[in-house]
Amino acid sequence: MFMHIDTTPLLPDSLSYLLKLLDRFSTSNKSLTGTLYLTATHLLFIDAHQKETWILHHHIASVEKLALTTSGCPLVIQCKNFRTVHFIVPRERDCHDIYNSLLQLSKQAKYEDLYAFSYNPKQNDAERLRGWELIDLAEEYKRMGVPNSNWQLSDANRDYKICETYPRELYVPRIASKPIIVGSSKFRSKGRFPVLSYYHQSKEAAICRCSQPLSGFSARCLEDEHLLQAISKANPANRYMYVMDTRPRHRVQSWWATQKDIGRIIVRISSKIWNDEKIRESDEKKRLNAMANRAAGKGYENEDNYSNIRFQFVGIENIHVMRSINGTKGLSVNDFYSGLESSGWLRHIKAVMDAAIFLAKAIEAESASVLVHCSDGWDRTSQVCSLGSLLLDPYYRTIRGFMVLIEKDWISFGHKFSERCGHLDGDPKEVSPVFTQFLECVWHLTEQFPQAFEFNEAFLLQIHEHIHSCQFGNFIGNCQKEREELKLKEKTYSLWPFLLDDQKKYLNPLYGSQSQKSAVLEPNTVSFNFKFWRNMYHQFDRTLHPRQSVFNIIMNMNEQNKQLEKDIKDLESQTDGILSKELLNSVRPESPALKATLSLKEQALLPVNDVLRTIEGSSPADNRYSEYADEFSKAEPAVVSLEYGVARMTC
Amino acid sequence: MEFAELIKTPRVDNVVLHRPFYPPVEGTLCLTGHHLILSSRQDNTEELWLLHSNIDAIDKRFVGPLGTIIIKCKDFRIIQLDIPGMEECLNIASSIEALSTLDSITLMYPFFYRPMFEVIEDGWHSFLPEQEFELYSSAISEWRLSYVNKEFAVCPSYPPAVIVPKAVDDEALRKVATFRHGGRFPVLSYYHKKNGMVIMRSGQPLTGTNGRRCKEDEKLINATLRAGKRGYIIDTRPLNVAQQARAKGGGFEQEAHYPQWRRIHKSIERYHILQESLIKLVESCNDQTQNMDRWLSKLEASNWLTHIKEILTTACLAAQCLDREGASILVHGTEGTDSTLQVTSLAQIILEPRSRTIRGFEALIEREWLQAGHPFQQRCAQSAYCNSKQKWEAPVFLLFLDCVWQILRQFPCSFEFNENFLIMLFEHAYASQFGTFLGNNESERCKLKLQQKTMSLWSWVNRPSELSKFTNPLFEANNLVIWPSVAPQSLQLWEGIFLRWNRSSKYLDEAYEEMVNIIEYNKELQAKVNLLRRQLAELETEDGVQESP
Repeated sequence: MFMHIDTTPLLPDSLSYLLKLLDRFSTSNKSLTGTLYLTATHLLFIDAHQKETWILHHHIASVEKLALTTSGCPLVIQCKNFRTVHFIVPRERDCHDIYNSLLQLSKQAKYEDLYAFSYNPKQNDAERLRGWELIDLAEEYKRMGVPNSNWQLSDANRDYKICETYPRELYVPRIASKPIIVGSSKFRSKGRFPVLSYYHQSKEAAICRCSQPLSGFSARCLEDEHLLQAISKANPANRYMYVMDTRPRHRVQSWWATQKDIGRIIVRISSKIWNDEKIRESDEKKRLNAMANRAAGKGYENEDNYSNIRFQFVGIENIHVMRSINGTKGLSVNDFYSGLESSGWLRHIKAVMDAAIFLAKAIEAESASVLVHCSDGWDRTSQVCSLGSLLLDPYYRTIRGFMVLIEKDWISFGHKFSERCGHLDGDPKEVSPVFTQFLECVWHLTEQFPQAFEFNEAFLLQIHEHIHSCQFGNFIGNCQKEREELKLKEKTYSLWPFLLDDQKKYLNPLYGSQSQKSAVLEPNTVSFNFKFWRNMYHQFDRTLHPRQSVFNIIMNMNEQNKQLEKDIKDLESQTDGILSKELLNSVRPESPALKATLSLKEQALLPVNDVLRTIEGSSPADNRYSEYADEFSKAEPAVVSLEYGVARMTC
Repeated sequence: MEFAELIKTPRVDNVVLHRPFYPPVEGTLCLTGHHLILSSRQDNTEELWLLHSNIDAIDKRFVGPLGTIIIKCKDFRIIQLDIPGMEECLNIASSIEALSTLDSITLMYPFFYRPMFEVIEDGWHSFLPEQEFELYSSAISEWRLSYVNKEFAVCPSYPPAVIVPKAVDDEALRKVATFRHGGRFPVLSYYHKKNGMVIMRSGQPLTGTNGRRCKEDEKLINATLRAGKRGYIIDTRPLNVAQQARAKGGGFEQEAHYPQWRRIHKSIERYHILQESLIKLVESCNDQTQNMDRWLSKLEASNWLTHIKEILTTACLAAQCLDREGASILVHGTEGTDSTLQVTSLAQIILEPRSRTIRGFEALIEREWLQAGHPFQQRCAQSAYCNSKQKWEAPVFLLFLDCVWQILRQFPCSFEFNENFLIMLFEHAYASQFGTFLGNNESERCKLKLQQKTMSLWSWVNRPSELSKFTNPLFEANNLVIWPSVAPQSLQLWEGIFLRWNRSSKYLDEAYEEMVNIIEYNKELQAKVNLLRRQLAELETEDGVQESP
């Protein structure tokens, strides 16, 4: 119909096209006509009502051209933040142009082309630097109580000589000498030798992390054994430790052909430690049996649960399978649940949770240290270590603490954010929603323990938004060494200060009950506790959500209560003032300004209440009745099924 | 019959009670005519009172001399009693079995229950049809209250008073009744004040294979249409089922005879399909050991949420016809006592703000379920644990409550009542000390003299002390039509019912309390600010008065 390259573009260097945006859950192909602009960083759609939709190019996961229709050429854009937009471009050539431009714009070849390097929030250099210093990991280790008599800071990796993907500063047992560390690092994949991730001060137990051993298990590495021994000895409270291998069982089998299950691996590693300590054999056997039992499910998770930790990459395809099912109009309940089941998504979530619970229990109930590893020790290991720490330590359940946790267990220990999120045009097989799974685990915890977290769901969603946005430097690159080389601290901004400035939005109004706030969380992982995270995976499909949010009401009310408390104080002091003046028999008149502010405040109160109670989606426009009426007025056969009309209209 | 004959062993000591999430309690078990009572000897703090009528099924096991009885309740709770002595255990088990399956309604607890509370308002008279009709004052020109069914002679499952078009006289109604299943001629279910459109409900027309017609029936439903307007007939059965019904004398409205009506077929399941769905769902919810895949596939296989979606979708359709199309509708299935009532009552929840208040919801249940003749006695005779495959048992009312809960979740500020209110109604529909849900229709209730011999549930609920438990602190009345989402992503398992006994809700309860505290505190602060402002204003004017002379 009309292609139109705007002669007066809204943004410099931008291309614009007049086209239609379809609503994914709409009834009868409801659409908005508007203009699409492509800028260097964003795709912008402005509809006839001047409503703007901004999509960051970095958020685009896929662009797809569908078969030509009578009204034009459909273009479907899927975003990493689970937004799906469906444009209809009147002319095929335009569609092709947009398609090609978006493909280019959404995949960058170099880090330097990412948005963060051009993003300027109008801060000066000092402010920027302060932003980067907001989260200080040395401070965090101090908070945990290290260094101490058993643990020390090692300078072995000061120049990234031993392990490129670890941070410079690593904490190891005091008795582990440098040759031991170097020896162990040669035995471990990518040199990721066992280091401290979390220290539990009162239990004196540690969570350590590493990667898998390089050779078959029969090949021994004395240094590595010494290092494990040292970790075990660094815990005076308990002599045994756990080694959690979070790889799926079949992968483990290929590595250690002689080992039948994970339970035995734990025992085997532990037994070596004790052999060296020359514990009497009978004693040893008893302990081993006890541990085997524990691993096999008596007293702890059973072996099946263990083997459940098969989150060997849940490829991102899985999400897309889920999405494509979810996106269908008129989806049946059964399709939804069988889609959810076949994606295996919740199974993975439960497996991560079970592993973290095992870890937390080992430390809390047995004061035993735990060494966690998967293959490379940067995906599942990060999930389990961080979630385990979160269960144990209430600090990580605060806004700032959660930032620290992400900085420590994910960013500093080399979770490959850029590869996993597909920041650059790279190997699609490396892309995987490992971090999203972690966020979802945290969300499930907030559902089970509504008062244990200082932050709310919006905080998790915002962080998820920014691991893909490349707007801030935090998640760019795959390890600290790479980040230093990219000079991120000089060239980009840190996300955390911006989140802290906006803290109000992310506060959980129910936070603070003592029983949940300070406790070690023991979530229930019976399958029925795991639900589909609609607010994440359908965050842009507004019509699917409750039309009134209890959470927002309570949040606003909490804010209002603070204001009211202040008002009461003001009013009381004013009253006191007048009373004392009266006592002094003063006849000075009340300042008119004060009176004005008073009446203003009175007015200000009311609108807040109105905002609290708005109902979204109850206006006809939201529910798209207009085109529903079309359905009715159509000439139709005697027997009419309006089912899809209703389902879509109301959903 | 004396209850004593059924109770061979009225009392056993040293019985241990096991419940999930609670420590075991040891105490004395007593059986009375209507209750199973277990009280701990030590401090008497732990007491279990269980109505026999709440017991759905029991299992017994023996290990040596120790017998175990597992009691499965209609509210889905499962408890276990360890009883020393094989004979005692067998006696208790057989007594429970006999007492929980009494045939005669007049032996049920409501006939023996004496309230310990003061009755402020007799619930039997709270929702009289005359009062309800007065609310429709604007409809009086077109509708009238008919007492044609005074002696329950025209339709045994209708109440004595029904609302019908003014233009149709009682004689015509009698004729129409012979043309409709069970004598259920079309009556007014809901009058939409906004545009005067109505929902009517009835039984299926008895057209049979030869396409019988009834002029009075056509006249009756056409009388509800404005000039030149068309209406919709929502048949809750799929077309093929409706067609098959003709072979048994039933059928559906032929286009030729009802040219002003457009028929829409939906498919809401009934009877054993629903009962099996419930059995599967509850079984799955009770399995704590299953892995994720099994849970999801069982949840799917139960089809419970599919039923919810079907019912809600049909109710939305009905509401849309009224509110958006400005068209009147007639709803029926086969008998017009199950899926029909689900649709008409849910449409009212969507359209009518009053039905979202406590009082209004009670009136809705009274009008659209009890007086409309939903056979509670039959449908709620057994619940999810019973193996008897009786044709007439079905969780029709529970599905309705679940649908209300789904809407409540999507519009948490639009309902005066909370989830506990719905759960309470579910419990009382299946087992109760009150007479409200006894019998299958008004005619039976009349014969049983329930009003004289039993207490109404509403007499108990509508006292301030009880109401406070069921009030939604977030409620803010709104006059809007509320359109729920029926997408599968928006529908959820009703955890408050189905997972109620399977997990600890401690943290969720605490969070709810905290929420209530914040709301209460907010009210308190607002009141205080207003008070202080007034005081300050007074002081200032006093100041001014002192100043001016």
